[in-house]
Amino acid sequence: MITNILYRFVKYVGELTLLFGMTMYHIFTPPVKMYRVLSQAKRIGPGSFLIAALVAFFIGMIMALQMEYLLLEISDDIYIPSVVAVSLTRELAPVLTALIVAGRIGAGITAEIGSMTVTEQVDALRAFAVNPVKYLVVPRFLGLVIMLPILTVFADLVGIMGGFVICVYKLYISPTLYFTMVTEALTVKDIVTGLTKTICFGAIIALVGCHQGLNVQSGAEGVGRSTTTAVVISFILIIIADCFFTTLFYFILRV
Amino acid sequence: MIEIKDLCKTFGNNIVLKDLTLTINDGETKVVIGRSGVGKSVFLKNIVGILRPDSGSIKINGQEATELSERDYNKFRMEMGMVFQGGALFDSLNVAENVSFVLDEFMQLDKKIVRDRVEESLGLVGLQGIEEMMPSELSGGMKKRVSLARALCMKPQMIFYDEPTTGVDPITADAINNLIIDLGRKLQVTSIVVTHDMNSAYKVADSIAMFYHGRVIAEGGPDEIRNTRHPVVKQFIHGEAHGPITDNENLIYGHSH
Repeated sequence: MITNILYRFVKYVGELTLLFGMTMYHIFTPPVKMYRVLSQAKRIGPGSFLIAALVAFFIGMIMALQMEYLLLEISDDIYIPSVVAVSLTRELAPVLTALIVAGRIGAGITAEIGSMTVTEQVDALRAFAVNPVKYLVVPRFLGLVIMLPILTVFADLVGIMGGFVICVYKLYISPTLYFTMVTEALTVKDIVTGLTKTICFGAIIALVGCHQGLNVQSGAEGVGRSTTTAVVISFILIIIADCFFTTLFYFILRV
Repeated sequence: MIEIKDLCKTFGNNIVLKDLTLTINDGETKVVIGRSGVGKSVFLKNIVGILRPDSGSIKINGQEATELSERDYNKFRMEMGMVFQGGALFDSLNVAENVSFVLDEFMQLDKKIVRDRVEESLGLVGLQGIEEMMPSELSGGMKKRVSLARALCMKPQMIFYDEPTTGVDPITADAINNLIIDLGRKLQVTSIVVTHDMNSAYKVADSIAMFYHGRVIAEGGPDEIRNTRHPVVKQFIHGEAHGPITDNENLIYGHSH
């Protein structure tokens, strides 16, 4: 049972790696049509801003409230802005934004490519000498890899504003002090490590979404099943990758 | 010329093509008939290289195609047009973009030339003024015709039709038949037409091949096939529910006698 699950997991990651290899090959083999990347980026980005912002804002508020509960006893309220800012940029904003985008965009990618597969549109691409990876996967991959970090930076900022609302209006920390504490605590490496993760998360969402879509079996039901699977697998891989990166950055590279 | 020899293709436990041998001469229109699920579409996809055979040989213009890499295969594909069963138009592109798809993808042509080519191709299938429409706004028959226009736009040397007249009204079906004949006779296009529609088969075919259990069981001109004594072919072309093909199955209840 466990060996079977492990086997399937390794096989799946192998297939994704293969798709990743092909995607990289086609990214660096001209011609790459940039307008296709931009049109994908346009579909991914603006639509996700609001929901990513909403979640980040509330997470910022929740973080501040929870920290107050924790730090009340040692009356160290003053560190709340620092904790909110660092935990958001290093961990929470990248992961939560990635999970939102996986649910919103990853599922959409699978459904779209999946229905193209069952209606023979992917076969038609190949029959017309167009590589489906180049035509379908590359623009979505680049679109996500570009847009997810941008969304995350935005979520970082909005999340910090969420913390600001609680700190200033409930804990009566002065706005200037809030921002001083935030900027003092945050270093470039926090932002960089956070964003490095999001590039990887973007790649995971795109590859899983496209892989599931291209491998849809048996009609509309198959598209539905693949879409669900794509979201589940993206979630699992994002969390595993996050754990891996945190270990790598914090314990091995010591940043 | 397309020469297929001992072609085998299996999906899991399902043997679809078994030692299939067939030759299509230059400029010939070969009609492939057979029951649903007998592997006609799989056969076409093997020639276009969308599926690769398990064994056997496919020679296109004398060159072995089964061993080609995807990139080398693309050179053949540039000379092939394929009309898919359901049309397989790209949902996200409008009709004009669908028809000019290959031109846009591989050639840097002037917009006016592309527009003229699109208009010409759509004209050939009897469609006008629908360039801006999306595939979702078209009827099934129109989709098929646009799909045919898309295949014609590249002026291919070989065209493969997967049930071009199924689901199309009889008048349009006849127009499509005439078009297939014209392309073959005037432009010397080599065609393979997969169909169930015997009227269409008799009309367009230079020769007809019947698939049964993954093999070609009969091959000949339209008249030969029409007057065949082969019991299996006879049952099929006359569309009879009872006969050697269906001896072991009960068509209504789905179990053996």
